[in-house]
Amino acid sequence: MSTATATKTTTFASALNTAMSDAMEADDSVVVFGEDVGTLGGVFRITDGLTKRFGENRCFDTPLAESGIAGTAVGMAINGMRPVIEMQFDAFAYPALEQIFSHIAKMANRTRGRVRLPIVIRIPYGGGVGGVEHHCDSSEAYYAHTAGLKVFTPATVADAYLMLREAIDTEDPVVFFEPKKLYWSKAGEDLTALRQQYESSMDSAEGDSPRVGAAGNATVVRAGTDVSIISYGPSVPTVLKAAEAAAEDGISAEVLDLRSVVPFDEEALVRTVQKTGRAVVVAEAQGFVSVASEIVARIQERCFHSLASPVLRVTGFDIPYPAPKLEEHHLPDVDRILDALDELQWED
Amino acid sequence: MDDPITNPEPGHQKAEQASRILEASSSFGISPEQYMLPAQQQIRMLDPEGTLIPEEEQGTGPGHEYPIPEDDVLLKAYAALVAGRRINDQNYALVRQGRMAVYPSSHGQEACQVGAALCLGEGDWMFPTYRDSVAVISRGVDPLDVMVSFRGDWHCGYDPKAYRVGAMSTPLTTQLLHAVGVAHAAKLRGEDTVVLAMCGDGATSEGDFHEALNFAAVFEVPVVFFVQNNGYAISVPLSHQSAAPSLAHKAIGYGMAGEQVDGNDMVAVLATLRRAVHLARENSMPLLLEAITYRMQAHTNADDETRYRDREEVEQWKRKDPLLRMQKFLAAKGLLDEAAEAEISEAAEKVAASLRQAMSTEPDEDPLEIFDHIYTEPTAQLSAQRGQLADELARAHGNAQAGAEEATR
Repeated sequence: MSTATATKTTTFASALNTAMSDAMEADDSVVVFGEDVGTLGGVFRITDGLTKRFGENRCFDTPLAESGIAGTAVGMAINGMRPVIEMQFDAFAYPALEQIFSHIAKMANRTRGRVRLPIVIRIPYGGGVGGVEHHCDSSEAYYAHTAGLKVFTPATVADAYLMLREAIDTEDPVVFFEPKKLYWSKAGEDLTALRQQYESSMDSAEGDSPRVGAAGNATVVRAGTDVSIISYGPSVPTVLKAAEAAAEDGISAEVLDLRSVVPFDEEALVRTVQKTGRAVVVAEAQGFVSVASEIVARIQERCFHSLASPVLRVTGFDIPYPAPKLEEHHLPDVDRILDALDELQWED
Repeated sequence: MDDPITNPEPGHQKAEQASRILEASSSFGISPEQYMLPAQQQIRMLDPEGTLIPEEEQGTGPGHEYPIPEDDVLLKAYAALVAGRRINDQNYALVRQGRMAVYPSSHGQEACQVGAALCLGEGDWMFPTYRDSVAVISRGVDPLDVMVSFRGDWHCGYDPKAYRVGAMSTPLTTQLLHAVGVAHAAKLRGEDTVVLAMCGDGATSEGDFHEALNFAAVFEVPVVFFVQNNGYAISVPLSHQSAAPSLAHKAIGYGMAGEQVDGNDMVAVLATLRRAVHLARENSMPLLLEAITYRMQAHTNADDETRYRDREEVEQWKRKDPLLRMQKFLAAKGLLDEAAEAEISEAAEKVAASLRQAMSTEPDEDPLEIFDHIYTEPTAQLSAQRGQLADELARAHGNAQAGAEEATR
């Protein structure tokens, strides 16, 4: 990034904020609501300035009730709106699960596609910020397990912008997981350029060819030849650091960022693992019955004959999220990833 | 004493709804509490014999006035009552014959069902529960499309947007929030859409009941919450659901007006619902209406009502039958002669016959459709699974054909 001296520095948070304001500018039916998102601009300031710019009809505070937020979003979407709702924290979304699982995920199927719900549920998630017990969950597996929901989780500043725009524009409901430890990460990205990139990708979608978005298109964020490390969301920067360290030990690691858990880009997964013959899956969430488990199962089904060693997972332990002073022992870090790489039967 | 509405403590401003209640109540010369609390007795216009009750005994009063609907509306309501009863009883029979999977009957509650449909304008919305088939049909949805879910062909057989009727909801009170959202979207666009949100007595214990009423009051949206209190949540009586003086009393806690009506009195149900819809539309405010009624049949065919209520109780409610009451009232009023009665029964019979006919034919569903409506574009995994099922079906079809050929040889 040091070469990009001419480009501006943009934070993950401002990319999200700009994505919302651009979407609101482009389409009057986009409305943003939730707890503290109006005057305050959200507890993480991701909706900062939206009420001031677009008025209280477009970005507003609701009573403090998550099921109410999700449930009214259903009605608003039925009646022509495109709600973007904020759950204040990962674990605070649980009161809304009935609305999300029983209605948001199922309405299109229930009504044979007659009622689609273009709702985006933004959830700041994951740990690593010294947060308390109910502010650090990696809850993506619950949603990914529920048919009818799309699950996006950007890992870069550019994806924060592009994928949120894409989420708002899709006709399907999207659970949009924002890695809160990346909120203040920066990159040399120019938001004007990202806006143009997104809008031109929309223009090219007109006609027969559908636009190629980020969702369902996993990306190789570091090329390598010896092992594939598959990850998403908050773990991607950690994995990249581990890959750097592994290179010093002579291991060339390819890093695949899934970007969306649903749709799930199985082909990109198969490509990288068939190429390298070894795989490690890294995610913050508990490993038991997790997205990481699903990735390993797919590798086993599709790449069995290409594998030189068992596929390993580096995940959070199967524990409730630990207290802030203990979280460093729980989260996958560079050392734990390097330990996993060491176990990949290199001597064979 | 400082009035907390007009003169709140710093940082304690009330929602605008509160001052609107104050305005409305003072225009009737009553206190905000008197306005929001239900009248001293449930609103009732017909006695069990179908005789019009003198106005001073109807339970109405300042701020609680309910004009009787016009004759043509009353006749239309009666025709819908007769059709609704016929549909309930026909479906009950079809379930017993094994031709329909399940049917939660509203037998005994038809006045509420019909009132719910007839109080709304074309641009309004209704959010029904699984027991509200007759309301949905009375709104104009084809009975056969409503029965798609009870026959087991698909979850919802009608287009909610075409009729402005939400898909009948199974998870209790979740649809109340959808009603609030529909009304809110309409309000933001400057449309005066009223939304009727329906639920039962047991459902008022659910958290979404609270959240929906609260959101509606805070957002100041025209939603009429219509609770059919039929006494039981499957087997559990109302006394286990709530210790409130009535369900209508819950309204005041949200800053809205509540009213209680005799749910087996078609005239009173229509009168109160129509006024509630009118007030909601005029003032962009929610209201709560509780109708006292009774579920004459079991919860569904899977339920055994004799385990939780005795015959005597059911017999008492038979005497309050909404259909007979309305029939006697209209006949005495000279609005219902034999010819009109015959025409109404004939129309109801026709609907019943079409239901019998439809439930006798095998559904022609495409099994592969189970993959079709989950996402706008199928995921790669769903496409693969669809292919797998298509292959299985083709093989089963091939085997069946081979078997048939074998048999004819």
